[in-house]
Amino acid sequence: MLKGKKVAILGDRDGIPGPAIEECVKAAGAEVVFSTTECFV
Amino acid sequence: MDLENQARIKDLCDKYGNEDLIVVLGGAEPEASGLAAETVATGDPTFAGPLSGVSLGLKAYHIFELKDEIPADVYEEQVGMMEMVLDVDEIVNEVKTYRK
Amino acid sequence: MNYPVVKGAAYALVQANSMLLHQGSTQITERLKNEQSEHLKALPEHLRSFEDAVCYPPNQAYIGNITPDQLKEIPHPWYENPIAGASRDGKYGEIMPEDEFFGLMKMVDSFDLVVLEESFQAAVKEKLQSHPILKDIKEITKLDSTAHSADEIQKLVAEHNAQPLYFAGKLVGCVKKAHEFDEALSSEVMLGNLANKASAVLVLKQLLAKTGLNPEQVDYIIECSEEACGDMNQRGGGNFAKAIGEICGCINATGSDTRSFCAGPAHALVEAAALVQSGIYSNVVVLGGGCTAKLGMNSRDHVKKGMPALEDMLGAFAVHIGENDGVNPVIRTDAIGRHKIGSGASPQAVMTAIVTDPLDKIGYKITDIDRYAPELQNPEITEPAGAGNVPMANFKMISALAVKRGDIQKADLMKAVDSFGMPGFAPTQGHIPSGVPFIGHARDMILEGKIERAMIIGKGSLFLGRLTNLFDGVSMIMEKNSGVVATDTGFDQEQLRKMIAEAMREFAKSFRE
Repeated sequence: MLKGKKVAILGDRDGIPGPAIEECVKAAGAEVVFSTTECFV
Repeated sequence: MDLENQARIKDLCDKYGNEDLIVVLGGAEPEASGLAAETVATGDPTFAGPLSGVSLGLKAYHIFELKDEIPADVYEEQVGMMEMVLDVDEIVNEVKTYRK
Repeated sequence: MNYPVVKGAAYALVQANSMLLHQGSTQITERLKNEQSEHLKALPEHLRSFEDAVCYPPNQAYIGNITPDQLKEIPHPWYENPIAGASRDGKYGEIMPEDEFFGLMKMVDSFDLVVLEESFQAAVKEKLQSHPILKDIKEITKLDSTAHSADEIQKLVAEHNAQPLYFAGKLVGCVKKAHEFDEALSSEVMLGNLANKASAVLVLKQLLAKTGLNPEQVDYIIECSEEACGDMNQRGGGNFAKAIGEICGCINATGSDTRSFCAGPAHALVEAAALVQSGIYSNVVVLGGGCTAKLGMNSRDHVKKGMPALEDMLGAFAVHIGENDGVNPVIRTDAIGRHKIGSGASPQAVMTAIVTDPLDKIGYKITDIDRYAPELQNPEITEPAGAGNVPMANFKMISALAVKRGDIQKADLMKAVDSFGMPGFAPTQGHIPSGVPFIGHARDMILEGKIERAMIIGKGSLFLGRLTNLFDGVSMIMEKNSGVVATDTGFDQEQLRKMIAEAMREFAKSFRE
């Protein structure tokens, strides 16, 4: 499902941060077009 | 959802369209994750940011939902531990509701 | 190894309702978008009285009148279970009301930017003159003069961009800009920096008073808040540390500021430990004042959910690191955790680098640490805003790591959390909750023999500065003192010569026999 898709990542500092999600979706064949990590505290 | 990020998502959706572009979330809490999913689908329900009243129709998935798509060793290294820490089911169920 | 020790800690809170309304960034942003917003109209109804803020259990835990374990026993919601008769004076410090704090801000202001109304200034001067710890500050004389009339203050606010200061519904003062057009010296920045300086002065004075450390004994001060002071040519030039030390009479000290977002205090503690252990300095104070921008940060959700505006406290802390005295808890400088640039961003990589790598270095299991003190934000503040229970998430991550390493069974994950965790009790003041609120309690618990060791963990979101996507984190272990102070391990040449001579005599003797 991810293969060939363009992905915008909204990571969470207290959940899974952007760069970690990036590794995952890239390994699944998706293209990362945006990645950020939000911090709520 | 950060207002700056709302603007970026809007621009990206204009560029790539909502078929090719998907949003992947890493939220720690069901409420915050659901809020992000709703915002990119039907607009910012808090009417705080650029996506207020803007329905992009983007599909958002939490990374927990994409486990089967990702090589097991990569998922385990990057996400595995958080399955023991966060409320996986609650988060996934919340995010799913905003995806049609 | 002659480890440095934690000789004392102090904690202060300032209730800041006016600054919440007028200088909290959430409210400033809201005001810019829509001055008539529902949120701004409703918020004043949710402000707490000073008495309510004092009796609020997490605030009492912060200043040391109850322990985190005692806080755990108090039913939720804490704001509906105040501690009757609680005092503003704490074992580790105090809780100060905003009027006195405005007076303190004027006292620490070296550039006449803080202007107070005549009758307000007179009233506050009287209060501060009877404050047991602040009355000896020589700058108290600043409250003798330069007060303005209410009209003059109104004019400064309306026409000269001064930041208003309110108390009991009246405009009682303002903070002027320090430069006509330099944004780094705007009235907003100056107010934030002066509030930071004043709250740090308060907590350093508390440290000196409550621990018997003399100001002249302090060799070095490391300030580790998240503010920047400077001008447009050097926006973060700094040295809050020296400015704070000056007011507190630390005439033999210099200092500097350490920055790493919320991980700042943890870095500063390691730096202080290194300075003392190396023998460069004998007494180092690590401190940080409060942040006005973060006041009422999550107030939208608190108001929506019918709660009091709980983010009404500026927080400050100070820790004294000194030479090994054979008594106070040591800092295990041989087991400092750090998130390295190459560590990786996954939660597992981050926690491994900060928590388990240092434990591995000295052969400890995760379960050998009696208490972990990660970010200790009060969950009552963060949960309604959708940010979850951050301390709990950290304890669960540490426990999950323990499961992965085989230190505990998966079924015991929550049992471990219960054993080495604690409820969060610090205000959401960024660097303030980051591990350091537990230092005073940890020191007491170690000295009382209740625990052997605690790990203080600081984590920082560097990506907020838009300069890197990296995370940051540092940890240190406080441990019971072995009681043995290593003597000077310097080379004694005379002794060595004697030993060699003796050995050679023995050798020659063995030849003859």
